[in-house]
Amino acid sequence: MSTADTSGTPVIGVLALQGDVREHLIALAAADALARPVRRPEELDGLDGLVIPGGESTVMSKLAVLFGMLEPLRERVRAGLPVYGTCAGMIMLADKLLDGREDQETLGGIDMIVRRNAFGRQNESFEAAVEMAGVEGGPVEGVFIRAPWVESVGAAAEVLATHDGHTVAVRQGNVLATSFHPELTGDHRVHALFVDMARQHALAAV
Amino acid sequence: MSSTAPSTSATAPETGTARVKRGMAEQLKGGVIMDVVNAEQAKIAEDAGAVAVMALERVPADIRKDGGVARMSDPNMIEEIIEAVSIPVMAKSRIGHFVEAQVLQSLGVDYIDESEVLTPADEVNHSDKWAFTTPFVCGATNLGEALRRIAEGAAMIRSKGEAGTGNVVEAVRHLRQIKNEIAKLRGFDNNELYAAAKELRAPYELVKEVAELGKLPVVLFSAGGVATPADAALMRQLGAEGVFVGSGIFKSGDPAKRAAAIVKATTFYDDPKIIADASRNLGEAMVGINCDTLPEAERYANRGW
Repeated sequence: MSTADTSGTPVIGVLALQGDVREHLIALAAADALARPVRRPEELDGLDGLVIPGGESTVMSKLAVLFGMLEPLRERVRAGLPVYGTCAGMIMLADKLLDGREDQETLGGIDMIVRRNAFGRQNESFEAAVEMAGVEGGPVEGVFIRAPWVESVGAAAEVLATHDGHTVAVRQGNVLATSFHPELTGDHRVHALFVDMARQHALAAV
Repeated sequence: MSSTAPSTSATAPETGTARVKRGMAEQLKGGVIMDVVNAEQAKIAEDAGAVAVMALERVPADIRKDGGVARMSDPNMIEEIIEAVSIPVMAKSRIGHFVEAQVLQSLGVDYIDESEVLTPADEVNHSDKWAFTTPFVCGATNLGEALRRIAEGAAMIRSKGEAGTGNVVEAVRHLRQIKNEIAKLRGFDNNELYAAAKELRAPYELVKEVAELGKLPVVLFSAGGVATPADAALMRQLGAEGVFVGSGIFKSGDPAKRAAAIVKATTFYDDPKIIADASRNLGEAMVGINCDTLPEAERYANRGW
């Protein structure tokens, strides 16, 4: 199935329906994963982890429904596949969404309520240093673009980072989400954290 | 020194940075940006899966037909569109008309298109785009033009094509031109890059960066002539990271259906079966114009330099 059991290099897919797929592929490769884009249900086979990139969450959701990806993705999340979502990806991983479109589907995976575009429109998009639990070596550069924030989390979810009083990074089990975009910074520590989650998961499954 | 002032050095949030502006365009990749002239069209575009909408008063096909001076849209109309949808909203300023751009920024649009589709306001200078918090997208017909726009602060480039024609031939020409010139730079050694910069009439630092990256330092979309799902997929296969569709949608027989079909073909641009399915029963495409018969003065791509 996966190659992680033999080489220790986890295979991580990047959901490539729309968004900054390329930047995640580069960041994952830099963090010692074997990364590949994923658009079809059968391409989910053999993955040790999955990244849901930044992009426009309404479009990603619509395309996931249209091309039969929604249920297969939900199944993988339920089965414990490590998944990391940035920005739109965080929205996709929210059990509950505010300010989305009425017909907008999410995969769920983290018991949290996420508010879409909570930090405002593009003129309010910003960069700020963010201290993130589990990431050593000082704050990460947080790039927030029409970014969501987390309004509240359930008991099983762990808040990893806040900005200005708002939760911007969360982990629940094997599912990780950030409001911001480490893939745009060249600092691959958050991706390294996720690759490690995928590696542990793959080894445990052997 | 007073001890009451909080430190603002490392943690102060910063808006309008190059990374935030360029990063916004990265989020649009793989998507379709659709021209809309009112809130109703904006909703149709959003329903169909547009990644953003471009608010303008008339689509390019109508600007061609009506003639006269084409300007920034009415702020009311732009605000109605911003209210109507939750996806990003772009709007066009005339080339060099930095006051129109200031107005668009104050309205809170997410991207400003300094566009040759509108009548240029300055025949020498484009707007200084570094002066804005709102990011800019600009058109280009070749690599030199793209790099001059990036030097002025553009955070995204679209190959120009020929807007309002429904004819993809110029879009293909301009995208191929940009990609070919990038490929050529890749083969140059350091000595040759100085002369290349001179020839491209672009800053050496940007030319060097492109030679190293093998791509523009900003996102590259295609525009100007896409009318069908296969057109959109063609531009993607030629290397566009996404497409703008102007008149092609709302000048066609069934805009909602065609818009959704173009979105599908843009995502699965390398899967002919999906493109075939998306192309079925779309009704009439926009009629289109043969670019050979278009007089030089009516070619929007010639505007900007």
